[in-house]
Amino acid sequence: MTFGDKMRRFFRSEQGVGMMLVSPTALYALLLLAVPLVAIFVISFWTQTGVRDFDTTFTLANYKEALTDPLYRQLMLRSLMVSGLVTLITVVLAFPIAYFVSFGVKPEHKSLWIFLITIPFWTSYLIRVFLWKVILGYNGVLNSGLLAVGAIDEPLSFILYNVNAVIITLAHAYAPFAILPIFVALEKIDRSLLEASRDLGESRTMTFLRVTLPLAAPGVVAAVLIVFIPTIGDYVTPRLVGGPGGLMIANMIQTQFLRLNNAPLGATLAVLAMLIVAVIAIVFMLLGNKAAGGNTGGRRK
Amino acid sequence: MTIKKKPSGPALITLQKVEKHYGDYHALRDINLEIGQGEFFSLLGPSGCGKTTLLRTIAGFEDYDSGYVMISSKDMRGVPANKRPTNMVFQSYAIFPHLTVLQNVAFGLRKSAMSKAEKTKAAEDALEMVGLKGYGHRAAHALSGGQRQRVALARALVLKPKVLLLDEPLSALDRKMREQMQVELIKLQREVGITFILVTHDQEEALVMSDRIAVMFEGEIVQCDDPEVLYRKPKSKRVADFIGVMNFLPATVREEGGKYIASVAGLGETEITGEQCPAGVPLGEATVGFRPETLTLLYEGQTATHREAPATIEEVVYYGDMTYYDVKFEGVDKPVRISMRNIFGRDVLDVGAPARVSWSPGALVVFGAGE
Ligand SMILES: Nc1ncnc2c1ncn2[C@@H]1O[C@H](COP(=O)(O)OP(=O)(O)OP(=O)(O)O)[C@@H](O)[C@H]1O
Ligand SMILES: [Mg+2]
Repeated sequence: MTFGDKMRRFFRSEQGVGMMLVSPTALYALLLLAVPLVAIFVISFWTQTGVRDFDTTFTLANYKEALTDPLYRQLMLRSLMVSGLVTLITVVLAFPIAYFVSFGVKPEHKSLWIFLITIPFWTSYLIRVFLWKVILGYNGVLNSGLLAVGAIDEPLSFILYNVNAVIITLAHAYAPFAILPIFVALEKIDRSLLEASRDLGESRTMTFLRVTLPLAAPGVVAAVLIVFIPTIGDYVTPRLVGGPGGLMIANMIQTQFLRLNNAPLGATLAVLAMLIVAVIAIVFMLLGNKAAGGNTGGRRK
Repeated sequence: MTIKKKPSGPALITLQKVEKHYGDYHALRDINLEIGQGEFFSLLGPSGCGKTTLLRTIAGFEDYDSGYVMISSKDMRGVPANKRPTNMVFQSYAIFPHLTVLQNVAFGLRKSAMSKAEKTKAAEDALEMVGLKGYGHRAAHALSGGQRQRVALARALVLKPKVLLLDEPLSALDRKMREQMQVELIKLQREVGITFILVTHDQEEALVMSDRIAVMFEGEIVQCDDPEVLYRKPKSKRVADFIGVMNFLPATVREEGGKYIASVAGLGETEITGEQCPAGVPLGEATVGFRPETLTLLYEGQTATHREAPATIEEVVYYGDMTYYDVKFEGVDKPVRISMRNIFGRDVLDVGAPARVSWSPGALVVFGAGE
């Protein structure tokens, strides 16, 4: 068999077809994701000596600095706190909406509802952040509204340019991302299981706790990860509505790279942030798996 | 087919004039039923006739427009499913995929006064009863169809309900498994003495398993009898056609000196009794029906025990233990089916051969022409 024959055979086989189908994406991911990641990882062990010059001898000094300097620790903790709260708020608010669309809406109207939920995506994220600025600002919609009805005497200042504003803005932005996976998980629940639970003597509430919730767990875990992972690294929102007290770790990484010209320290902070996120994500996935009785995978019909 | 007679207890479930609509669709029409304590009762009918709807009405999953559903003389209107003394084995089994087999079976025991160990014991006993001893720790999704069905049964039986409702529990199984489970279900029902209400569209299954069968068409119960009566004395051509095979021949019926005489196409004149007319004697135009096994083909030298009619063999279908012959009587266009057991020494007859058919007037069932 010639090499050409072998190649032809490979490209016809299922494996070959699969490889060809994923190869553009795989290449893309490799070039734009894996390569920069490896670069960041490598740089984190270097030392910056000039604007474009690095001392490439291996050093752990950056890690030492990142882990001991209270400023970085505070930023990291704030990031965790903000994304944790955003995740909590988003998922807790998203669950009832997803539940309502899945259980309370007629089947023929469900896609309309999902369509409506995605409407916020029709405008760019930046515009939505600016909108929140308009709403939460000192002379914003919220303050003037409350002033007009006499609920407050002077504009509230704790709602913009601080952590609260970051949390509100992010929670709003990520709501659809949380609703969709929970909705899908709820949709997948065989309705006869709920009837079986009622039939076996359980009330509506107990049926929800014993059947619906555990079976929706994979969707909740997906929602948690989908919200938590990107929000912890968000830097646009804190920059625009966070003020000095609302800055997060990503803002510091950006500052290290672009302003302070200390790419190795920026890279170190990035690596540490990724590690923390990875650990938390894995813990959550394991928890979710446990809740779903190890049945997140293929369910036999 | 086994036919077993059991004295059924006092009425446990009573349905009176139950009516239900889905929008414009009339799903249940004037349902009146009395189902006894310890009875094995079946709801039989073609797809879409409302069997599941009726079962779900009894279980408490479906509202009804009017009428009464009573269990143990208590009106069930407004009583939710979790407060009814019924348990259901769902058509899809509805096994909880996030729980183990044992947890599934013990699901309904949460509120019972038993200790944890007693609950586990009860669940294990129920599993043993359905032949799944030692399967308790398995994940529910790692079970075969037949095993799931047993888990569903055990899960319902462990609660010792007054009534067990089964919605086509065997339809997903292959033939052999189904027949085996039929026997096991009958045994189980006798053992536990619980009233079973089985929904099926398989007439053979209903005949084999039930003490009584209600035949439903389009939301209406058209006949409710024990299997033998249902098979021998169907009240309408439609029921006759749905339960097994029945041949039909056009006829006219007249009264002569207090006796009824039927003139049947291809068979000639014969006297019939009122007994043979389950829906009343249809004077004038009528249809006569008979089962394939009530006729026999006569071989050389044999004589008919009662009556004989000439015919031609149109088609021969060989089944191993049985042979089905489609034969045409003289003056009748439509062939009728005759089944013959292939006992030793009996040859299979040829297509196109003339034949003599032996028949008994007593085996005829007479319907009105229009029914
Ligand atoms: N929720 C519903 N809304 C509207 N129509 C319904 C609904 N459920 C059932 N029906 C209709 O009521 C009729 C009876 O349905 P049912 O499920 O009781 O049939 P079935 O006898 O159990 O049939 P099968 O043997 O196919 O299960 C059908 O024509 C069906 O289309
Ligand atoms: Mg049905």
